[in-house]
Amino acid sequence: MKADAATDEAVPRLPRGVKLRFDQVRNSWMLLAPERAFQIDEAAAGILKLCDGERTLATVIAETAAAYNEAPSVVDADIRAMLVDLANKRVLEL
Amino acid sequence: MNAPRPVSVPAPLGLLAELTHRCPLKCPYCSNPMELDRRSVELDTETWKRVFTEAAALGVLHTHLSGGEPTARRDIVELTRHCAEVGIYSNLITSGVGVSQDLLTRLVDAGLDHVQLSIQGADGAVNDHVAGYRGAYEKKREVGRWVVDAGLPLTLNAVIHRGNIHQVGDLVGLAVAMGAKRLEVAHTQYYGWAYANRAALMPAKPDVDRAIAIVEAARTRLEGTLVIDMVIPDYYAKYPKACSGGWGRRSINVAPSGKALPCHAAETIPHLEFWNVREHSLRDIWLFSPAFTAYRGTDWMPDLCRTCERAEIDWGGCRCQALALAGDAAATDPACHKSPLHHKIVALAEAEAVTATPPPYQYREMTARAREPVE
Repeated sequence: MKADAATDEAVPRLPRGVKLRFDQVRNSWMLLAPERAFQIDEAAAGILKLCDGERTLATVIAETAAAYNEAPSVVDADIRAMLVDLANKRVLEL
Repeated sequence: MNAPRPVSVPAPLGLLAELTHRCPLKCPYCSNPMELDRRSVELDTETWKRVFTEAAALGVLHTHLSGGEPTARRDIVELTRHCAEVGIYSNLITSGVGVSQDLLTRLVDAGLDHVQLSIQGADGAVNDHVAGYRGAYEKKREVGRWVVDAGLPLTLNAVIHRGNIHQVGDLVGLAVAMGAKRLEVAHTQYYGWAYANRAALMPAKPDVDRAIAIVEAARTRLEGTLVIDMVIPDYYAKYPKACSGGWGRRSINVAPSGKALPCHAAETIPHLEFWNVREHSLRDIWLFSPAFTAYRGTDWMPDLCRTCERAEIDWGGCRCQALALAGDAAATDPACHKSPLHHKIVALAEAEAVTATPPPYQYREMTARAREPVE
């Protein structure tokens, strides 16, 4: 999947079989997927919580930017790259 | 031997729950031990539930409900539901044989997260010959459809050896056609049954190289469609694999009888003392049991491994293989090119792989004494 698949109108979501969970033992957010677990930071977890299958990618970017008091253009490329990477790992649907 | 240092021990990530050794298939590379646990010694439902509860508290994220054929357990739905209740991700590792659509629906309703379906070949002839079970291939195709229709992610797991290595490209195609998200191309690891069948299973080096090239090309072509994980055949490798991600570092295996093992083949090391979940908590087993502490970390290593720049990458390779091939479980894994025995095992593999006619499979089965009907 190429970066241009992450269009503003895309509606990202975690598919069945992928779970975002806070792990008390490791004191960290984890993304659990088949046979794999990704330890992720607070910022990434915040973005993935917005990937609910209802918000568009443009909304995810706008809300994340607002949460950090930044312009959307500041976070735009990072969010798209992260979501395309997760989609290529088949743990996110775009 | 150093005293256990619980502070430095990471929490385990995975629990391989071998619920039963009973299985309708007879794969000649089965990862179960050659001495199979009988049904009469299997843990009961309540003990397994306690193990899952303890595993969650210990930091286990994934549990692999495995066997044998885990759906041969009458309580498989109840155990799956319990994993969901205590917050562990559940993965059913199944042959598909014996799984009805009704059972699958009940497992999904109970909170099952993922299904890993084994496949022995890319067509009925190869699959059913390797599995020693006529009709298994068609059954697997059917179960795969049900999993995908239920919306669950499906992984296909193919163990690769001389008898199916020519089908690696077809297996990739099959995984895509079945709607799998992941494919495991797992070259046979030679312990237990596979070790006994090595002369029949060992592929030739050119075939291994070709299979690896096919997988690497498919990974690029299918990015975003299919994730392919590959286990390299380590007789032909330069470095050994970090067995289970390092001894006592990532995972716990509980056998049907309740014996807790650092890896599924660990019982082949006769001097190790394994604790049983009937008598010890999973936490105590992980931190303190003799088997888990025996080869944890780097202190036990021979100088060759301890001073190696890959000491904490490969973790010394595989202890069971060191014992089987070097006669010493604390030796450098002969799969490593630095091992003085490495050239011998490469020569052994190459000699076995070019025999004109491989010996027939010694199919996995319960011994006559222990044999019991599979439900």
